Amino acid sequence: MELKDLYRDVILDHNRVPRNFGRLDAADAHAEGHNPLCGDRLTLTLKLAGERIEDIRFEGHGCAISTASASLMTEAVKGKDRATIRGLFDRVHALLTEPGGGAAGAELGKLAALSGVREFPARVKCASLCWHTLNAALASSATPVTTELPDEAPSALGERLTEKR
Amino acid sequence: MAANARESLHATESPRATAARPLDAERVRRDFPILSRSVHGKPLVYLDSAASAQRPLAVVRAVEDYELNSHANVHRGVHLLSQEATAAYEGARERVRRFLNARSTREIVFVRGTTEAINLVAQAYARPQLGPGDEILITALEHHANIVPWQMVRDQTGCALVVAPINRRGELILDEFRARLGARTRLVAAAHVSNALGTVLPVAEIIAAAHARGVPVLLDGAQAVPHQRIDVRALECDFYAFSGHKLYGPTGIGVLYGREQLLAAMPPWQGGGDMILSVTFERSTYNEPPWRFEAGTPNMSGAVGLAAAVDYLEGLGIEAIGAHERALLEEATAALERIPGLTIIGTAAHKAAVISFTLAGIHPHDLGTVLDSEGVAVRTGHHCAMPVMEFFGVPATARASFACYNTHEDVRRLVEALEAARKVFG
Repeated sequence: MELKDLYRDVILDHNRVPRNFGRLDAADAHAEGHNPLCGDRLTLTLKLAGERIEDIRFEGHGCAISTASASLMTEAVKGKDRATIRGLFDRVHALLTEPGGGAAGAELGKLAALSGVREFPARVKCASLCWHTLNAALASSATPVTTELPDEAPSALGERLTEKR
Repeated sequence: MAANARESLHATESPRATAARPLDAERVRRDFPILSRSVHGKPLVYLDSAASAQRPLAVVRAVEDYELNSHANVHRGVHLLSQEATAAYEGARERVRRFLNARSTREIVFVRGTTEAINLVAQAYARPQLGPGDEILITALEHHANIVPWQMVRDQTGCALVVAPINRRGELILDEFRARLGARTRLVAAAHVSNALGTVLPVAEIIAAAHARGVPVLLDGAQAVPHQRIDVRALECDFYAFSGHKLYGPTGIGVLYGREQLLAAMPPWQGGGDMILSVTFERSTYNEPPWRFEAGTPNMSGAVGLAAAVDYLEGLGIEAIGAHERALLEEATAALERIPGLTIIGTAAHKAAVISFTLAGIHPHDLGTVLDSEGVAVRTGHHCAMPVMEFFGVPATARASFACYNTHEDVRRLVEALEAARKVFG
């Protein structure tokens, strides 16, 4: 377990200078995420063009992992359609939770910088909060997302929000 | 024998003489085997005793001895083991009575911990007699365990929950507290020491003000008991709650002290075996306190471990522990204040050995991970005191808490780890 594997330069950079930070006026979809254990809060606003995310912003406060993960996610999903995003979600999920990262790293580009999180089980929720929130936004769920619900309703993408641990 | 001789010698010493004998923390550390393990390849620095203190060998061995030699159910059999188990369990109650200087063991109820103790008072004392128009007064420093049980009583009875505010140093504003203590106040529930900030509350003033109006007072002593001598008779509090595991004892055991007249007038809150004298399908006759409030088979090995922890604590001398921790607190406070960007949250004039802090540009959660990788265990988060965090406008803090086994070296390692964190995020 090396600290350098968790706090890679890409992560530190996106924490220091988050991309797509802020809020879109007249958004087509939005969702709020909350991790009550560490107090992380996140609001996503989306502009949709059919199946595609045309634009996306995030705001809120959280640790370096949750901020960088949200920043990286906004870059990764902008311009992508729902099916592609679903594939990304699955690969990020595997990267964060499965031994060996589900061999998903290669196709993830910059998102692969999150692979070190896997070795820090207490921090997996920090990295995955934004993705669950995105699911909720795409499902146009009005219910705030939390990492601590005992039995979450499946989102429209059919993902369960619980982490595999 | 030598240990017994030393023990009896201590008993005749005045508190002043005990305080003059400083704590040898290096020797104390040898009583806690866990402290010699390493974490991520570094020697462990354990600064999370306010969440749960480590156990000395004496506690582990007392529990082991009970489990290996004396376990059976209590208050039941005529066989030898049951008698031994009963003697051990009720002996632990007497040990706790002496520790708190309570008048009678009838005032010592064994519970799972502070949380259960407060819930017991909420459900068996407050709920049956409160209604609309009545008020429960708490402070803005409370742990969730001293908020939520009262909210439940409020929702069950229609009474109101009133909160006395704190100042920017994290101290209770006594005048504001007194102003909220009114003709409708039926109970005051306050922390003795704040878990999130370390503030020691002015409990003598709180109790005097409440009693002047005939209002009973419950003190949440979870964070106070390991650091200072508690004398419930001198305090004149009505209820006092604490947990074994913050006191170097086992988890799953705690104590509710309640004044005998109050406990005697309270109905049981859980029904079952051991809390009754007789049962028919028509009616049951309840046992006397404290057993009335201990339905079911209790945590005997926990009680034995708690008694051993009390022995251990008093063997070291609570005054000596307090003095040792105060020295560490002062040293750590001065060292942390020198770190650029570090802000100490909670700067009360009177504090227990707890430092809550934030470091500019580094989220407490990241700080916790970096410190952990350096072998330094601190708590990060809201410390089950979200209203306190909200008051100071922070989502979370890092919290270092000191105990009898911490040393100057631990403070040095904490500072070093914080510098490492600043480097990572620099």
